[in-house]
Amino acid sequence: MIRSLPSSSLYRIGYGVYVFLFFTFLLMPLVAICVLAFNDSNFISLPWNGFTLDWFFSESDERQGVFVDEELIASIVTSLSTGFFVAVLSTLVGTLAALLFEEEQFRLKGLLYFLALAPLVIPGVILGISILLTATSAGNHIEDTFGVDIELFRPSYWLVVLGQFSFAATYVMLLVTARLKKFDRTLEEAALSLKATRLEAIWYVTIPFLRPAIIGAFVVAFILSFSNINTTIFLIGSDPTLPIDLYSRIRFSSTPVLNAVSFLVVVTISALAIINLFVNRSNK
Amino acid sequence: MNSNSNNQSGFNITFYLLIVPVLIWLIFMIVIPHVEMFISSFLVEDDMGDMVFSFANYIEFFSQKIYWLTFVKTAAYSVGVTILAFIIAFPIAFYLTKVTSKKNAGFLMVLLLIPLWVGELVTVYGWMVLLGDHGVINHALITIGIINEPLNMLYTNFSMVVGLLYMSMLFMVIPVMSTLQSMDDSLIEAACDLGASKWDIYTKIIIPYSMPGITSGAIIVFMLVIGDYLAPNLLGGKNSLWFTEQIYNSFLQTFNWNEGAAFGFLLLMISSAIIWLALKLSGQKLEKVGS
Repeated sequence: MIRSLPSSSLYRIGYGVYVFLFFTFLLMPLVAICVLAFNDSNFISLPWNGFTLDWFFSESDERQGVFVDEELIASIVTSLSTGFFVAVLSTLVGTLAALLFEEEQFRLKGLLYFLALAPLVIPGVILGISILLTATSAGNHIEDTFGVDIELFRPSYWLVVLGQFSFAATYVMLLVTARLKKFDRTLEEAALSLKATRLEAIWYVTIPFLRPAIIGAFVVAFILSFSNINTTIFLIGSDPTLPIDLYSRIRFSSTPVLNAVSFLVVVTISALAIINLFVNRSNK
Repeated sequence: MNSNSNNQSGFNITFYLLIVPVLIWLIFMIVIPHVEMFISSFLVEDDMGDMVFSFANYIEFFSQKIYWLTFVKTAAYSVGVTILAFIIAFPIAFYLTKVTSKKNAGFLMVLLLIPLWVGELVTVYGWMVLLGDHGVINHALITIGIINEPLNMLYTNFSMVVGLLYMSMLFMVIPVMSTLQSMDDSLIEAACDLGASKWDIYTKIIIPYSMPGITSGAIIVFMLVIGDYLAPNLLGGKNSLWFTEQIYNSFLQTFNWNEGAAFGFLLLMISSAIIWLALKLSGQKLEKVGS
């Protein structure tokens, strides 16, 4: 039943079949989407009518490909740039939080750590509505008092960035903390005894040690942002992110162009995952 | 770990550099919004257009059957999906850590992570393509002659549960794998040598050992499922109302934000209560869930 123990062939075959079915279940929706992105049909269904690249490049009225559809391109760009800012902000704050909770002692530490973990157990919807309510009432208050309308306090691009940052920072903190737990503190102490300031010790000794985790956390934060919809949907302004754009298309008018976009997402993500696998292997 | 000599000066600049951004994050993005949501949930607009204190939003919830029925159904389904996710995911986590070779496991982990990273919207859309009346599965079944009429699978509770399981079960696999990785194989070998049956080895040794991972996984799965919107909305039918959909309606369709805030607060209460109960029953701490 484990590598070192023999077990009956019935058990092994049964287990193997289950694992096979599980991975079929896992990959079926992705394979179906990707294959149908190339089907020469105006509907997202079988039968297979032959191979076409129309849903990527065609400029006709009936079939507008991904690379021609300006709205889609705009939402992809919005998602990429949102993801970048969310990743920068949450990597910065999440790393600081990891250092704070691992290396410092202070009053109310337990309470603050609890709050930092809270986004793990708060549904994304709640983060979305609570940030929307707060931003709007702050915005109204500022407008009433000073007569200026600040865009950040309305559903807008930057409010989306802040909303996604609020939970992405938690994931960064956890990933960096995991690596920090393996850090040999005596290295930092050695730096300190050689007259480095604490800040220098962190910058020149601790941060280089954490670099792989920080880079990994940056990627995770980017992906969290890129695929998020639950929090984003409440905070979105005039420029939708890709998932929001796709969501409204799915509800109102599905064409295989959705498959083509999904295909691009699946291929990009799979490439990233495979690169990640090889990087991890060569590190070992 | 204590801080260093800087402490004696009474002003530790590194400490403030670390804590100030973290405090800004937690106070402005977590604490204040939740307080604001709590306060808003007790406000209603009176005839003059002013906001006044009232329990009306909560009274509305308890007096309208559709609201609290949806609420109860959402909570019950979420518990059910969490249990199903455990049953489906546990053998996979065990397979990846203890049964298959390291090299295979690395490859299968990549396959596991792809749907997770691709994002829920794309995978939910994939299930719509598969399960629809003219979808891939019906087409295949009709072609090979098992059925004549398409099965009605999409827009039912069945398709909703499939979508919820699909997007959440990986969060059960990963924490269980990390506890199983630290499990010494000789525990299982010893039990086997002493003649324990497979069932006993699973239920008396392996599952108790991996309880911390199971609890972490269950909490994350439950939270994702109860707070999910896409699977119930796109895969569920008219009868598959989910409580998050009520919140979305209040905010984005009827624009009754105060009612939405009350619903949000209720959702937060039930999810915290069930998670708290799960932590108590399993003797775990929230701090462990993160790791």
